[in-house]
Amino acid sequence: MPMSKPGYVLLAFVASCLLSSTALSQTVGLGTPIEQTQLQNFDLIAGPDGEGLPDGSGTALQGKLVFESRCQACHGANGEGTGSSTILVGGNMQTEASPLKTVGSFWPHATTLFDYIRRAMPANAPKSLSNTEVYQVVAYVLYLNGIINQYAVLNKDSLLTIQMPNKDGFLDRSHIQ
Amino acid sequence: MTKSTEWQRVAGNGLLSRRHLLGLGLSSASVLASSAVLGADGKALFEIPGWSRQAGPGPSGYGQRSVHTAFMQRDAGAPDPLYPGGGASRSPLQHLQGTITPNSLHFERHHAGIPAIDPAGHQLVINGLVKQALAFSYESLLSYPMVSRFYFLECSGNSRSLYGARPGNGTAQTIHGLLSGAEWTGIPLSTLLDEAGILGSAQWVSAVGADAASMGRSVPLNKALDDVLVALYQNGEPLRPEQGYPMRLFVPGWEGNISVKWLTQLKLTQEPSQFRDETSKYTDTMADKTSLQFTFPMGCKSVITSPSGQMQLRRHGLYQITGVAWSGNGTITRVEVSADGGQTWAEAMLDSAQHAKALTRFRIPWSWDGATAQLMSRATDSTGAVQPTRTALLAERGENSFYHCNAIQCWGVSAAGDVNNAYV
Repeated sequence: MPMSKPGYVLLAFVASCLLSSTALSQTVGLGTPIEQTQLQNFDLIAGPDGEGLPDGSGTALQGKLVFESRCQACHGANGEGTGSSTILVGGNMQTEASPLKTVGSFWPHATTLFDYIRRAMPANAPKSLSNTEVYQVVAYVLYLNGIINQYAVLNKDSLLTIQMPNKDGFLDRSHIQ
Repeated sequence: MTKSTEWQRVAGNGLLSRRHLLGLGLSSASVLASSAVLGADGKALFEIPGWSRQAGPGPSGYGQRSVHTAFMQRDAGAPDPLYPGGGASRSPLQHLQGTITPNSLHFERHHAGIPAIDPAGHQLVINGLVKQALAFSYESLLSYPMVSRFYFLECSGNSRSLYGARPGNGTAQTIHGLLSGAEWTGIPLSTLLDEAGILGSAQWVSAVGADAASMGRSVPLNKALDDVLVALYQNGEPLRPEQGYPMRLFVPGWEGNISVKWLTQLKLTQEPSQFRDETSKYTDTMADKTSLQFTFPMGCKSVITSPSGQMQLRRHGLYQITGVAWSGNGTITRVEVSADGGQTWAEAMLDSAQHAKALTRFRIPWSWDGATAQLMSRATDSTGAVQPTRTALLAERGENSFYHCNAIQCWGVSAAGDVNNAYV
């Protein structure tokens, strides 16, 4: 079948690309360069090394007020929960045969509490808490679990010093694939 | 049907050689409806049906299934007021054939409902340990080279009721329906990461979705550069909203939760981000109370989809036992079937091509004479892994297991033909 004129043009284009392939970009290159400062409201990841934790601070005493107005309806006044999925306190990985898994008994990193509350809570209005309110609520949940006292000030530095009871209870299996 | 007695029996309780599959003629209970008019000789007359006497509707812009198959539904369960938009729906495996799940029946698992995303307002950001942080629009991603691959997707918590002390009255759908198969089309993640430029210190990629939970998971960089896709199409059409429209991460062979839907951020980090859904959830607590973390691949597994739970066998004679097998670590190389609770096994035929980390359909003929039977299937994959018995899995995992159940399933068949979930 005779090749159409556009076909010849395409062939010539492909040939020229092959001849000058070393000069071609290796990517399509349609990503727009951005700066990390543009992501301050967008990147919500708060890692276990403190990377991504924002400014702000709070105590459990302050957090109690936020908790009562924003969290208590689902999690109960003292974190006892209103259903099996909303229990925040109790459980013991060492002594219970089938342990209740909560922030206090199971969660290995305090930063996860900040990360999760900031991105996903409260479930009826996620991301509606300020960073300060998140620090306050994190402090209150840790206080309810007996991990800190009600006056302890949580911020991006002190949060990293929190020792979660089950911090040594996990084995990283990511190398087995 | 009496002919089946001449066929080669290959295992106990009626299993026949898979070589007979192609000539298999199953009897049908009745060819004609009971209202058929009888001819002079007393035999039913075949008539031209009404739908052959009148033109039907013409072509349409978007196809619909027959009203007679509309009963095939995902099983979504009741909504939980404590968990707005959360929950799962299960694929009706017992009604489906082949290895591709229709998009409308693909299982769902949401952590805060399905976001109503306008692709024009959606961004995919790559940041963290890269030479240049980048943002991609949906439209720009459509210009990138893509690949299409067949893969299964299975929720980590699929089949977990089999960890329970007593067998529930489940169906293939309610027990195993957090499993589906599709052809996924997307951009190799490595293409986009290379454009941003991966710094030498990066070891993990944290993926975050644009749902109300902003659900996140950490993916090891070596997997991200191996076969992970930014998927844009499922079975040829753009992703459906409940599957992550306009884009999702697709991590072949690994627990479904890590294939983050509504993908909006990929952050390269040195350590995993320790998200809630890789610490509090999706970890495996062993008998000694330590919990295994990042247990990603879904194990070698199979399930018989027909006959299966809550079906009734209404006649004696020839049946085709069929089901699906899959492994997150490779290709299915063998599926064996037992009709006598695992005392004897016969090799099933693997239907169609086998793809790594995809569903494989298996079939074997079975002659049921009305005796009680216990139907089981056992898969083997290309790494040599063999699907474990439930007893062996419980012995390995202990009593606190929740995820990654790949135990052999047993469907008990009573003398009356009732099929029920059973433990052996």
